[in-house]
Amino acid sequence: MDFMLTEQHKMMKKLFVEFAEKDVKPLAAEIDEEERFPRENVEKMRECKMLGIPYPRKYGGAGADYLSYILAVEEISKKCGTTGVVLSAHTSLGTWPIFQFGTEEQKEKYLPDLCTGKKLAAFGLTEPNAGTDAAGQQTTAVKDGDDYILNGTKIFITNAGEADVYIIFAMTDKTKGTHGISAFIVEKGMPGFSIGLHEKKLGIRGSATSELIFNNVRLSKDHLLGQEGKGFKIAMMTLDGGRIGIAAQALGIAQGAIDEVVPYVKSRKQFGRAISKFQNTQFQLADMQVKVDAARLLVYQAAMAKENGLPYSYYAAEAKLFASEVAMEVTTKAIQLMGGYGYTRDYPVERMFRDAKITEIYEGTSEVQRMVVSGQMLK
Amino acid sequence: MKIIVLVKQVPDSTEIRVDKVTGTLIRAGVPSIINPDDLAGVEEALKIKETTPDVKVTVVSMGPPQAKDMLKELYARGVDECVLISDRAFAGADTCATSSTLAAAIEKIGYDFIIAGRQAIDGDTAQVGPQTAERLNIPQVTYVDQFIKVTEDKLTVRKSLEETEEIIEVKLPCLLTTLSGMNTPRYMNCNDIVDSFSKEVKVMTFADLDIPKEKVGLAGSPTKVHKTFTKDVTAETETYDLPAEEAAKLIAKTLKEKQIITK
Repeated sequence: MDFMLTEQHKMMKKLFVEFAEKDVKPLAAEIDEEERFPRENVEKMRECKMLGIPYPRKYGGAGADYLSYILAVEEISKKCGTTGVVLSAHTSLGTWPIFQFGTEEQKEKYLPDLCTGKKLAAFGLTEPNAGTDAAGQQTTAVKDGDDYILNGTKIFITNAGEADVYIIFAMTDKTKGTHGISAFIVEKGMPGFSIGLHEKKLGIRGSATSELIFNNVRLSKDHLLGQEGKGFKIAMMTLDGGRIGIAAQALGIAQGAIDEVVPYVKSRKQFGRAISKFQNTQFQLADMQVKVDAARLLVYQAAMAKENGLPYSYYAAEAKLFASEVAMEVTTKAIQLMGGYGYTRDYPVERMFRDAKITEIYEGTSEVQRMVVSGQMLK
Repeated sequence: MKIIVLVKQVPDSTEIRVDKVTGTLIRAGVPSIINPDDLAGVEEALKIKETTPDVKVTVVSMGPPQAKDMLKELYARGVDECVLISDRAFAGADTCATSSTLAAAIEKIGYDFIIAGRQAIDGDTAQVGPQTAERLNIPQVTYVDQFIKVTEDKLTVRKSLEETEEIIEVKLPCLLTTLSGMNTPRYMNCNDIVDSFSKEVKVMTFADLDIPKEKVGLAGSPTKVHKTFTKDVTAETETYDLPAEEAAKLIAKTLKEKQIITK
């Protein structure tokens, strides 16, 4: 089923499938086991010009559409959820705000390096006391002449330490609540900016997830992204797009688990026949694939809405909510179908199961997605 | 500098199906790929383009119209121009007629040197490259596994033979045949994929070439295929369940007995 895909999408997909099979798959278990950032994969993605897919050629992007980028995240995540999120966080969370809200000078300064993959990007909103309640920001950016002085700590930041450019949110006026939050572009190596604790996680263990620590980081006004006080809106809009990427990651993980389990049940024999001959196996597989296909329609719908300039917040929330919960369900069932073998690290489904869980949590928990969906229904 | 690379679209299967009546390949329903030896040649040409100024890489293929899709994928890898030689008049060509047709097209396109894959995984003849060189009356080096130096008037290449290697200097214009495994062909890339949809695959037909009708297609093909078949596997199989070390010893012993290895 690929009625939404043009010939160009199909050729893109062929590239992503080949890259995922030849380069991403062989490394997936190793980077998980060693909790190691997949630099080799990032380098290959750079060579294949996959790090700026939906951005215009004049900024170093491929000039393709949003669905092409989503296909990349999906296909890569089938083999490795870690590499999928590296691409998604870079493209949707780190690069997009500069493309959407940056001045022409900021775009010219940052986008070519980000879109060509010379540099990686990241996004810092979450704090120890500001998760789902993102308005509770305690990081501050205090005006000092024409500059801002940034102080505070961000946590759970994807691509932390590996990225060169960070979109950071901070309070510029604590009295105004969400209207007092501003967005800044912070660069690796700026005095006072350091990377803190590296998180040890359940899944996506090759993804660099760390603290960002800002200790009197001086930012000139050129580093303010968008207008002062508009940071919360920038963050929310960025996350709307990012969710489509995470939905694609979840979709890829789920399909990847099915792709592993189908050959297994055909070859695994119990009671004298392949377990695929048992109706329980057949019904489980059917339920798994139907849900993944439904998730795929929601994910592609959200990508097309974004591409076509339609409001996509609702579609993105639907896609992420459904795809992430399907990923959790499907990977759970995949392990069950494979029994004891599925539980071991000899097979990749246990990794996929661990990788799936985060998709229900980051870039807006499932509960937040339900708030967005029902909010639209009840307004 | 103009480099022409000859490429063939081949079925992606070692189990090639053959029409029992005509003895020709059945293309329908079999997924197609770019012949691996040819793809190695494309990669070498693109590497030369990256390191040498003013190089234009033109890919030339002879085949049915659907070979255009394969050529678009070569645009997506970064080649400059794709030409498809396609006409009903060329149908049923053996290597003799194919090389005549290719040589006629190559004369029209113009070149400094030509790279052809050693052989196609479907026909396995390894004849088209060498024959094309003969028809163009240019020198050829076969089994090239490394380009050592490229200058305006000559190439230095390594020819790989079973037991030895030769370093050969050859004057331009010339033709070389390349081996898969000499490099890792690059992937397509997103930018070139996007651009490939605004690039045309140039089609040359019989009318575009200066070649008599009796030299092309079935008429120009002296080879007649009497019978083709898929060889049945008849060898006896023995199965052992042994620890790795013992298994390795057994394999080595058996290979020695069959004189496949000597030490």
